[in-house]
Amino acid sequence: MARNAAPALRTSGLTKFRRMLVTPEGVGLNISLASASARFGALMLDMVFINLIYIAYFLVMFLLFLGFGLGFEELFTANPEAVNGLLSILFVVTILFIFIVRNGYFLYFELGPRGATWGKRILGIRVAARDGGRLAPEAVVARNLLREVEFFLPIQFLSILSAQGNTSSFTLIAGVIWVLVFAFFLMFNKDRMRCGDLLAGTWVVLAPKQQLTEVVAPQDSMTSAARYGADYRFSDAELGIYGEYELQTLERVLRDGSEESERTVYVAICTKLGWEPGAGDERAFLENYYTQLRQKLESGMRFGKRRANKYEGEG
Amino acid sequence: MAEQAFAPHMVADAQAALDDIAVLRSDRFRLEREADWTRLDQIITMLEKGRRSRISDEDSLALPTLYRKTVSALSIARESSLDSGLISYLEALTSRAYYQVYGPRTGFFAWFAAFFSGGWSRAVRAIWLDIVIILLVMVAGAVVGYVLVDQNNDWYFALVGPDMASGRVPGADTDVLRRSLGGGNAEDSLSVFAAFLFSNNAQVAIFAFALGFALGIPSILLVTHNLALLGAMLWVFVDAGMGVEFVGWLSIHGTTELLAIALAGAAGLHIGRAMAFPGKKTHLAAIQQAGLTSAIVMTGVVLMLVLAGLLEGFGRQLITDTAIRYAIGYSLLAFWAAYFAFTGRRKEALARQTSEDSHHGA
Repeated sequence: MARNAAPALRTSGLTKFRRMLVTPEGVGLNISLASASARFGALMLDMVFINLIYIAYFLVMFLLFLGFGLGFEELFTANPEAVNGLLSILFVVTILFIFIVRNGYFLYFELGPRGATWGKRILGIRVAARDGGRLAPEAVVARNLLREVEFFLPIQFLSILSAQGNTSSFTLIAGVIWVLVFAFFLMFNKDRMRCGDLLAGTWVVLAPKQQLTEVVAPQDSMTSAARYGADYRFSDAELGIYGEYELQTLERVLRDGSEESERTVYVAICTKLGWEPGAGDERAFLENYYTQLRQKLESGMRFGKRRANKYEGEG
Repeated sequence: MAEQAFAPHMVADAQAALDDIAVLRSDRFRLEREADWTRLDQIITMLEKGRRSRISDEDSLALPTLYRKTVSALSIARESSLDSGLISYLEALTSRAYYQVYGPRTGFFAWFAAFFSGGWSRAVRAIWLDIVIILLVMVAGAVVGYVLVDQNNDWYFALVGPDMASGRVPGADTDVLRRSLGGGNAEDSLSVFAAFLFSNNAQVAIFAFALGFALGIPSILLVTHNLALLGAMLWVFVDAGMGVEFVGWLSIHGTTELLAIALAGAAGLHIGRAMAFPGKKTHLAAIQQAGLTSAIVMTGVVLMLVLAGLLEGFGRQLITDTAIRYAIGYSLLAFWAAYFAFTGRRKEALARQTSEDSHHGA
């Protein structure tokens, strides 16, 4: 299976982020790790969403309180103790709410079918099990529990300490170092794992979504002649000047359908073949060349012969 | 042609029709299977959107087959087609299908239910050795704190900072000590609860776990220091003849809280031990397995700490009778012990049975 990974078919993602995930069926899937910046961006987006939830909560609480205050004004003015009691209960509820939302948000979405929070979805990344097996709920819990230690708690301690005004510069520096060590942990291992990922056996990968494109040159060469009024036949030697890399470049040009680049490639191929480039028939020429080159290379593949690019010798 | 040899004869006509459309063998391969891929794509899209109920029964039944067909189409395409658009489509589709077919089997709420009905207890039982070690360390720490202060009162100030002591020092006035054990009103409850959540013991618990990474040694040190502090404070109250009241004051929430700290320390130690002694597994695999068990334990610890916070904030401030404090504290302890000892046993036995069966089978 390892050889399957080799063909340079993937065009997106940095080479160092490419990994092979072997499914239980034994087929290797090319996956790409999410970059540190995508991870950071997703976290920031998630923080925005979580804070929006908090703002909504506080708005609702505020309105409820306003309503209560107006409705039971006499009761409260007669009994200020009750106000304090109510406030303290509300305070406790709020602390618990903040804590539950913060943890529940990540758990709920990462345990969902897409394995990604809103932030991760927007950036097209998701959580996956490193060993290619099932993503266990415990793994999701573990990686998010560590997020609490890595990120939320130190920030919370620091903000409370500085709000109280009794932060010594030592605790401040220690806190900042703590956060930075955990934040940069993922930059120092090749699989871009933060501590939580390491512990949980997970990593964050790109979640590709792609539409099936049309067949590049769908027509039979006979009908191509009918379509374009021209039919090109290339000899083995004329097809032998290119390899798979050039074929895929040609495929991209044909899929894009930009006349300008078609013209450029057409002229380049004609020059290489020693033909006099004409005009107005580029598409037919390229489609024919593409089909015949692919036919030649694919029939070579069936006999185990591959040619990566034009610099590699034939066979 | 290879495809034709395997196809039923009925398909031969369709094959001829395909020959007219596509000249390349790999394009024909694709056109023959496209319908399956589109169908799989639709099912997966529904699953991703969480609309399981919108998928028909036939589609649900067909999903595993469609998935395997697509996986095998991908391996064939890699070896026989140079259409990179097709291959990257199949890669993406297979990955998406793979994540659905091998995705988490339970959602958030189902997992939470399973967690309470046995998952947590099983994880706690799985790290029993670490819990025993930590409990011994805790007892030793408390004894050391008590004995040290008993030998020389200056130790008290080394162990307990002036902030934390707040007047509770050796030889302090009995009234001051008594007041510190008393109740308070609702406003105090609030500040105590708030202080608790971000304060000492919750921190101790979470750091005891997090520092397990350093082979578990900081976890042990942290727990020892904390319990030494407790032992030192106990001495002050015993010295003033209020030992029973102090233990009551401590017990109402302390049984839950100290147990939570013990579990957190044990979870940290569990990871630390896996790092130091991975056994036959690789380090990474050993850490990972220990990490998963510890994470479950720690989820429970967090919930226990919230409960302890409520008890400390409200229970202790509002209930001042020592006997009732004892009753609440120790019935909770009994509850935890029974809960961890007995829940989730059946599934454990079942798992053992199946693993034994498969062993005999092999």
